[in-house]
Amino acid sequence: MRKSILVFFLILGASLSHAQDKNKTVTFEVKGNCGMCKSRIEKTAIKIAGVKFALWNVDTKEFKAIIDERKCSIDMVKKKIAGIGHDIEGYTAPLDVYDNLPACCQYRNPESIHMNHGKH
Amino acid sequence: MEYRDGKENIALPDANVYWLSSVVGTTTDSSGNFKIPYRGDLKKLIISSVGYRSDTILVNRPDLGNIILYPTVVLDEVVVEKQVAPLQKSLFKVQNVVSVDSREMLKAACCNLSESFETNPAVDVNISDAVLGAKQIQMLGLNSPYLLFTQENMPAIRGASQIFGLSFIPGSWIEGIQITKGAGSVLNGFESISGHINSELVKPIIDKRFFLNLYANNFERYEFNSRLNHNLTDNLATGLYIHANLRNGNIENNGDSFQDTPLAKQINFMNRWQYLNPENGWVSYATIQYLNDSKEIGQLDFNIDTDKLTNNNWGSEVKTSRLDLSSKLGYVFPELPYQSFGFQTAYSNHSQDAFYGLNIYDINHNSFYSNFIFNSIIGSTQHKFKTGISLTYDSFDETVNSTNYNRDDNSIGAFFEYTYDNLEGLSFVAGLRADMHNNLGNFFTPRFHLRYSLWDKASLRASFGRGKRGANIFAENQQLFASSRQIIINPNDGNYYGLKPEKAWNYGISFMQKLYILNRVLDFSIDFYRTDFVDQVVVDWENPREISFYNLEGDSYSNSLQIDVNYEMLQDFHIRATYKHFDVVTDYNSGALEKPLQPLSRFFVNLNYETLQRGEQQWRFDFTSNWLGKQRLPNTESNPVEFQLPPYSPSYMLINAQVTKVFSNKFEFYVGGENINNFTQNMPILSGNNPFGPYFDSTILYAPVLTGTYYAGFRYKI
Repeated sequence: MRKSILVFFLILGASLSHAQDKNKTVTFEVKGNCGMCKSRIEKTAIKIAGVKFALWNVDTKEFKAIIDERKCSIDMVKKKIAGIGHDIEGYTAPLDVYDNLPACCQYRNPESIHMNHGKH
Repeated sequence: MEYRDGKENIALPDANVYWLSSVVGTTTDSSGNFKIPYRGDLKKLIISSVGYRSDTILVNRPDLGNIILYPTVVLDEVVVEKQVAPLQKSLFKVQNVVSVDSREMLKAACCNLSESFETNPAVDVNISDAVLGAKQIQMLGLNSPYLLFTQENMPAIRGASQIFGLSFIPGSWIEGIQITKGAGSVLNGFESISGHINSELVKPIIDKRFFLNLYANNFERYEFNSRLNHNLTDNLATGLYIHANLRNGNIENNGDSFQDTPLAKQINFMNRWQYLNPENGWVSYATIQYLNDSKEIGQLDFNIDTDKLTNNNWGSEVKTSRLDLSSKLGYVFPELPYQSFGFQTAYSNHSQDAFYGLNIYDINHNSFYSNFIFNSIIGSTQHKFKTGISLTYDSFDETVNSTNYNRDDNSIGAFFEYTYDNLEGLSFVAGLRADMHNNLGNFFTPRFHLRYSLWDKASLRASFGRGKRGANIFAENQQLFASSRQIIINPNDGNYYGLKPEKAWNYGISFMQKLYILNRVLDFSIDFYRTDFVDQVVVDWENPREISFYNLEGDSYSNSLQIDVNYEMLQDFHIRATYKHFDVVTDYNSGALEKPLQPLSRFFVNLNYETLQRGEQQWRFDFTSNWLGKQRLPNTESNPVEFQLPPYSPSYMLINAQVTKVFSNKFEFYVGGENINNFTQNMPILSGNNPFGPYFDSTILYAPVLTGTYYAGFRYKI
């Protein structure tokens, strides 16, 4: 039993040390306001082939993802998220997409932070 | 010009000073002074400065003296909070789950797990028999052996502890309960058929440091509950939990010469260790529980020293000691939050020595359980899976009068469960396990749950699954010993007392809608479940001289329909109403019959009101009413007329109520009553005056034996 646990950890360790490109953790800031933004950002990210995990923090605006760099790139993820209306440094959301966001998600308007964001 | 800072006035430079409705103005100098030309047509001077409330002053003299400005009051953020209801049905979980938290357990006397379901409509609480009065629960019209109990996701209350096990878990140790209707998950084994109830115990790291509860009722039942927790480091804590109860008053109010409720003693002790380190990802629990319980009941004149196993007087004693050891080890990969593994092991020894009149029933059950689970994803967190292996070993050593039954069960199984979420409202969980079992054979267990969002705040769920188990016929129907019924087993080449195992499919569909009505949430749900037995051990009470066990020939099914409405009618006034309808039919040797002692319908209402907190003080009121429709009674036609019962019981109502006064966050006091409308069964024991005669039977119990029970208690916690 003890031996098999050891073997398990050895295999695990080997796969983790080998996994740099397979499980790359990326973090960057994504502009947004509320729970609806969170859902939109995370859904868009996770549906990109190669994105394994996506999490956006409403309070800190920090976006964290684990990506398989063989299948996608950080640049691709940023482009997609900006493409659905959320600004990222170096990537600006298209105005028409941004304007179509619900009023409470229009983070460029300082008033929007005071809006009722509902429980979405 | 000055402003006020605390008690001191300080000069305010650079404040704006101007005449009302003009453009003539100036500012104050560095020492706060100003001069402004006077104009006869302008009477009012406005003084303003950023961060201060502006002031308007009527000018009627040349020197205005000290003018004091006050800072703009900045209100702190006002947080409006709404507490989550203590009973929650999620719109988003794939399974049909009701989550109950510890606050719900404060709504009833809730001395132990069996009583904690009394304010909860998903589960029905029944009393096993008129002698021992053990509370048992049912789901979907099926008795507790068909549902899986787990304690912290490890199987519990099974085998030998089937009848009394619920009373071995004190309510005050429970942090929360999750009730899953229908097939359940493949992770916890193959036995569950109608549902899965998981109870989570309090956790030493986050639990209160100290908790004390004392309780007493008018039938001389006393309870003591205490919890003590200590954090040894930031990551390691231990808890010591003690429960004791005592009932030492002889209660006999209905004239049948039998005590209405047992004399009882229980000491229950638990020590838990919890290790939690979010930085390195390890979490671990180790728990030891020891219990010693004894119940004594019988005729008032029964003296255990002289009358045991004689026909001087009828009496019974059930002595149980139980040891539980369990450990859990979990690891979350710090870099990969979606990947983790868990390893659980549990060992228990349950030893019961009992006699019921002239019947002896002893059981010794040793059980070992071990489960390894690995969680990860396939590609992305839209596709999750859990997989692992489990090992179980159970040994039973039973003495039924002069017959010995020994049986060992062991199994090894592997499972795989896949969860898909399309993030647009469709998700499902598909699970399969394969087990090799020495008595049940090699078999697969499929389970499937699906959830779909039809529209906003509405969920449609469907599930199906199969369960398989061997019936421990004596342990599960222990009340049969408190009767003169002869035990008959019709063997069928099976491994369980000669009987074949039980196997059933369960199918369910449910719909839930949350709505806002007058700005308050209303949730409505309706569900329908059907259980179809492929194989069953039929427990046949239809001949009043016998109880027989045989394998099903023909059909056996249970249909259950439940409709729930929860609504906050007024601020902090909640109503919970439920209607249930059951259709449970089995082909007995004597023909197809409804399951005995099963109400055809039930109606449940719970009202709860909490006053606004004033300081830390609060009143809480809770009222529960249960209406039970008629129940078919086992056939008693061959008894003499005085021991015959009608084919159906009357319908009746039970009312419980409780008032809690919270004096502070540390101390609260409660009083309450159960069965306050005093409904009792007319003749709970047949032939109670002649308990060694052929017609003695305490098993046909459809209503309480005890009249109104009134209790009081307090809770102290820091």
